[in-house]
Amino acid sequence: MKIISRLLPLMLTLVLVAALTGCDGFGALKPQERLRVATTTSLYDTGLWGYLEPMFEDEYGVELDVISAGTGIALEFGRRGDVDVITVHSKSRELEFVADGYGQERVPFAYNYFLIVGPADDPAGIAGLSPEEAFKKLAGGSGEFVSRGDDSGTHGKEKAIWETAGYDYETIRQAGQWYIEAARGMGPTLLMASEMQAYTLTDMGTFLSFQGDIDLVPIVDNGAILLNVYSVIVCSNGSNAEMAANLVVFLTSADIQELIGKYGVEEYGLALFTPSAGAEPES
Amino acid sequence: MDELWRGFTQGIGLLVSLDPEVMEVAGRSLLISLSATIIASLVAVPLAAVIHLNSFPGKRAIITVTQALFSVPTVVVGLFVFVLFSSAGPLGGLNLIFTPTLMVIGQALLIAPLILGLAISALSGVDRAYVDTARSLGAGGLQVAGVILREARFAVVAAVIMGFGRAVSEVGLAIMIGGNIKGFTRVITTAISLETSKGELELAIALGIILLIIALVINIGLSRVQQRA
Repeated sequence: MKIISRLLPLMLTLVLVAALTGCDGFGALKPQERLRVATTTSLYDTGLWGYLEPMFEDEYGVELDVISAGTGIALEFGRRGDVDVITVHSKSRELEFVADGYGQERVPFAYNYFLIVGPADDPAGIAGLSPEEAFKKLAGGSGEFVSRGDDSGTHGKEKAIWETAGYDYETIRQAGQWYIEAARGMGPTLLMASEMQAYTLTDMGTFLSFQGDIDLVPIVDNGAILLNVYSVIVCSNGSNAEMAANLVVFLTSADIQELIGKYGVEEYGLALFTPSAGAEPES
Repeated sequence: MDELWRGFTQGIGLLVSLDPEVMEVAGRSLLISLSATIIASLVAVPLAAVIHLNSFPGKRAIITVTQALFSVPTVVVGLFVFVLFSSAGPLGGLNLIFTPTLMVIGQALLIAPLILGLAISALSGVDRAYVDTARSLGAGGLQVAGVILREARFAVVAAVIMGFGRAVSEVGLAIMIGGNIKGFTRVITTAISLETSKGELELAIALGIILLIIALVINIGLSRVQQRA
């Protein structure tokens, strides 16, 4: 028993120290209305959500919990009712989510374009081609390609390009050593592609924020299929539908749309997103 | 190498300047992982004494399974806790998903087998004579447990230190059930993961250095206790 009586003061001290150093650690103790959003990583990693979050919290007096995840897991959180709202970028899966009754309405609020990036000397010679033609050339084995391989929105777009180019995606996956699955987020995938001097498909925002750390340049940036639309959907199984609806109003309001359109200009010299005011953009 | 050095100096800078955001994240890491360690230890250490001092069918199997659980990936424990506590899960009604409280529960579940298994090994190292002597002097079960825990205190505290180390350094579970929400469930490891995916590699290294320093301080504290006890 002596050991326990000796350890007790230590444990109490530890609890005390912990409580003092991180006294706000358990914010849950404060009863405050919370709204949970699951977002695709690109909207979070570019800092857009961090920029908008305090504005929404001030306007509506609510604690906004933003959870950054890939589109695949964000949709799953939405289905299970673990979040109230999702902001994602995979049109076909969003439409399915709404059709299955998990979401109320798909509201596009911003867009930009995907890029195919690769080594500056473009060993596969795909510069100037359409995205589909570029993928065909890569499938011929003329260069290595790193895929997200994580069922994210970007991965979904990559599959769509393969299919539009006339390939079966499963065949491509097994096609050979030139096709590499990273199974990671966009940032780590870019780092990997840079190390291997391979090509990859990326959203513009993440590419810009990694530009200083990687040795890749945009190779193909033109083509209707590269359109990348971000939508907000209120989840039917969420627990705070009223506040969730406010978030949709907030994101599509004229003021916030203008701020979204200007976001990134200061840091990167160009806007990361084009506002789309609730409508489907035309490419 | 430059990046490592800059990350190192930035980490020291953030610590010395008591950067409020970093301090908040570090405080939360400590609070959550220490709470989990205390809870897990209060269950696992006495349980280790009970298992060690009694013989019953299946004892060997329990010890083997406990030891196998040392190797379970944190993200698997995270998934298990997520499925249990998700709104659609059996314990969803408690509304604990994406809260620090659930992170404490998850980390406690993660490290309890580790502390239990190592504590049993610690007790096995104690000379059988102590137990026999205590019993022959008429000591009850609790007293015998006290005697043997006291004899093995060095290794038992080491088990607790290992448990804390696994809790404070894991990232898979913290992201899965905490959600890495800024100002609420963000801890040092999930912040490192986020800064890495943002391309802020130096800041990520800096946070890693801070985690290392925290672990160092906690370990110095615990080994003092270890030697004094």
